[in-house]
Amino acid sequence: MPDGAAPILDVNNLKTIFRTRDGEVHAVNSVSFDVGPGELLGVVGESGSGKSVTMMSLMGLLPSPPAEIVSGEILYQGSDVRKMSEAQLRDLRGGDVGFVFQDPMTSLNPVFTVGYQLVEPLQIHMGLSKKAARARAAELLDLVGIPDARKRLSDYPHQFSGGMRQRVMIAIALACDPKLLIADEPTTALDVTIQAQIIELVRDLRQQLGMAIVWITHDLGVVAGIADRVMVMYGGQIVEHAPVGELFANPQHPYTRALLETVPRVDGTRDARLRSIQGQPPSLAAHPASCPFAARCGHVFDRCLVENPERRDVGARHDVACFWDARTREPYNG
Amino acid sequence: MADGGDPRVLVRVDGLKMHFPIHEGLLRRQAGSVKAVDDISFEIFEGETLGLVGESGCGKSTAGRTILRLYQPTEGVIEIDGRDISTLEGTALRDLRPTMQMIFQDPQASLNPRMTVGSIIAEPLSEHHAMNATDRRNKVYELLDAVGLNRDFANRYPHEFSGGQRQRIGIARALALNPKFIVCDEPIAALDVSIQAQVVNLLEDLQEKLGLTYLFISHDLSMVRHLATRVAVMYLGKIVELAPRDALYNDPKHPYTQALLSAVPNPDPKTEAVRERIILTGDVPSPANPPQGCNFCTRCPKVMDRCRVEEPTWRDLGQGRYAACHLLEDA
Ligand SMILES: Nc1ncnc2c1ncn2[C@@H]1O[C@H](COP(=O)(O)OP(=O)(O)OP(=O)(O)O)[C@@H](O)[C@H]1O
Ligand SMILES: Nc1ncnc2c1ncn2[C@@H]1O[C@H](COP(=O)(O)OP(=O)(O)OP(=O)(O)O)[C@@H](O)[C@H]1O
Ligand SMILES: [Mg+2]
Ligand SMILES: [Mg+2]
Repeated sequence: MPDGAAPILDVNNLKTIFRTRDGEVHAVNSVSFDVGPGELLGVVGESGSGKSVTMMSLMGLLPSPPAEIVSGEILYQGSDVRKMSEAQLRDLRGGDVGFVFQDPMTSLNPVFTVGYQLVEPLQIHMGLSKKAARARAAELLDLVGIPDARKRLSDYPHQFSGGMRQRVMIAIALACDPKLLIADEPTTALDVTIQAQIIELVRDLRQQLGMAIVWITHDLGVVAGIADRVMVMYGGQIVEHAPVGELFANPQHPYTRALLETVPRVDGTRDARLRSIQGQPPSLAAHPASCPFAARCGHVFDRCLVENPERRDVGARHDVACFWDARTREPYNG
Repeated sequence: MADGGDPRVLVRVDGLKMHFPIHEGLLRRQAGSVKAVDDISFEIFEGETLGLVGESGCGKSTAGRTILRLYQPTEGVIEIDGRDISTLEGTALRDLRPTMQMIFQDPQASLNPRMTVGSIIAEPLSEHHAMNATDRRNKVYELLDAVGLNRDFANRYPHEFSGGQRQRIGIARALALNPKFIVCDEPIAALDVSIQAQVVNLLEDLQEKLGLTYLFISHDLSMVRHLATRVAVMYLGKIVELAPRDALYNDPKHPYTQALLSAVPNPDPKTEAVRERIILTGDVPSPANPPQGCNFCTRCPKVMDRCRVEEPTWRDLGQGRYAACHLLEDA
C-alpha cells in the first residue's frame, strides 16, 4: 500500500465457522489484512485453507446457516460491512466491489443468456439504457477476448467453453468499474496467452481507475508477475505475508518454502517425480491450539505442538507465524 | 507401453468433427454451425499420456467428450481397442462406459449436489458391478485415500468442500471402475501446486500399476511437460502440431506452439520482469466463422500471403513429429 493512503479494505481478526451435522468447521481463524487503493494483493495457500471462505465472508456471500462470522471487523472505505443492511450489501457487491467466483458454472445462471446477465447490472448500477448496456456488454466480452462478442450475447452459459465462462464472470465483475475487485482463481481455466491478456486488462484498469485487487491463485508464476504483496494461507490462517519480491527471495515459513519448491517450471530440468508436501491437511474441527502445520513440518519442536504462533514482524514489511527462525535456523526467541 | 516391438494403438481418431448447430430467428432455423472440432486425427498408444493443449475455446473439451461418445460426432471415426465406437448407441455404448472415463473440467457441475460424496463415488460401482455394501464402502475409502481426502468426508455433500477438494472427488469417481482409458479434462487446474503434484503422482502411479492410458487436457504447459509422452497442440478446432514431448518443448515447429510456449510465466519475479514473450495480436476468429486458408493466419507473426488462401496440410515431419504449416513444407 502506498504509505499514508487509507486502505480501501481493512479486515481485522476475521473468524468464520460452519456448523455442520458433524460439528464445527473452523474455516477462517483470526485473519487480518488490508488492501490499498490501486494495490494488488495476491493470496496463495493450500486447497481448503480458507481462501474462498475468507473472501466470501467479506461481502456477506456465505449462506447462514451453516456459515457464521463469529468475530472480526470488515471495513470497506472505513464503513463496517458487517453492520450494513442486505440492500446496502447488494448495492456494494454489484457496483463498487466486483467479485469473480472460483466456480463459474455455479455463479452464472444457466437459464439466462450471458447478455442478460451482463446487461442487468449495467442498467441497475450504471443507469445505462438497454441499448447502451447491450453495446457496453459486447465491448466487455470483447475485452476479455471472446470472439464474435456481439453474437455471443444471446448464448447460454453451457454453450461456452470452461475458460470462456470464466471470462464471462470476469466481464460481469468488471462491468460497473469497481473500486475493489475480488478475484477467486480467475484464470485457472485459461491458457497462458489469454491469461496474459486478462492480466494486461487488469493492469490497465488499475492504472486508469485505481482499482484495488485481491487475487487468489495457486499459480505462483502469476503471483510473481502481478502482485504487490502476497499473503500465504494455511489451515484457515495467514501464515506469512510480504511484498512479492521479498517473499520469493526470503520465504520464512516452512509451508511457503515447501510450496515454492514444489513448482514445476517450463524452463528448468524435468524431474522424474513431482515434489509434494507430505502428510494430510489439518483438521479444522476445533480452534487450533497448536501450529496447524506442525504435523507436516520438518522443523517442528515442542512449542509448536502446544501453542499456535502469532504473526511476528521479520522486517522488510514481512511477517510470519512460526516459532522457527528461518534465518538462524533455530527456534525463535521472543 | 508394451516392451519391445511397436506400441499398441488403444485409441484411434480419424477425421473427427463435432459441429454444434446455431439456431436463429423465431423459427429457430439452423443458421450455421460452431465447428468446435473440425477434422482431427491422431492415435493414442496403450499406456501413454497424450497431452492436449491449446487456448481457451479451441475445442479441447469437446474433443475429449466426443471421443468418449458423450456427443454424437458429426463426422469421423473413433476406435477404442480396434473397435469403431463412433456410431454405437444405447446398451452397446453403456457397456463400454466402465473402460473409458472422464474427469470433468467443472467439478461443481458434474457432482450431484443432493448426494453425499460417498454415494457419488459409489454410484458407478453399484451401476456396473455386483458388490456388497461393505466391499463398496471399503472401495470408497480406498479411493478417498488415493486422492488424499479424509475418509470422514464420505458423509458430506459437495457444497461443503473447497474447489480443490471437489475436483479430487471427481477423480476418485472416475477411478472407481478401474478404467483403461481416462480423458482428464483440466483435472488439476483448480488445485494448489502441492496437491497438483499429489494428484499427478497418483495418476502416474496408477498408470504404471494398471497400464492406464490418458488423454490429458490442460493449459498448464509445465505440467503437460512433466506428464505427457507426446503432446498435441490444438488451435480453433484443429490440431496444428503433434510431437514427442521433448521435441515439442525444445524445438516447437508451429508458430502457434512457439507463441504458446513463450507465454508461460515463471515463479520468479526477477526473470518475470525480463522474459520475452511473443504476444499474439490480431482477431481471434470464432469457430462459427473460421478464416479462409490457415486457421491461425489472422494472428500468426509469420503469416504469408499464401496462408490466407490455402489451408496447410497435416504433414509427417519424421521422428514422430507432425504439423500443419506452410513454413514447414520442404521447398
Ligand atoms: N458449506 C460448508 N460446510 C462445511 N465446510 C465447508 C463449507 N464450505 C467450505 N468448507 C470448508 O472450509 C474450508 C475452507 O474452504 P475454502 O473454500 O475457503 O478453501 P480454499 O482455500 O478456497 O481452497 P481451494 O484452493 O481448494 O479453493 C475447507 O476445508 C472446506 O471443506
Ligand atoms: N453445447 C455447445 N453448444 C454450442 N457451442 C458449444 C457447445 N459446447 C462448446 N461449444 C463451443 O465450442 C467451442 C469449443 O469449446 P470447448 O469447450 O471444446 O473448448 P475448450 O478448448 O475446452 O476451452 P477451455 O480451455 O476454455 O475449456 C467454443 O467456441 C464453445 O463456445
Ligand atoms: Mg477456493
Ligand atoms: Mg474445456
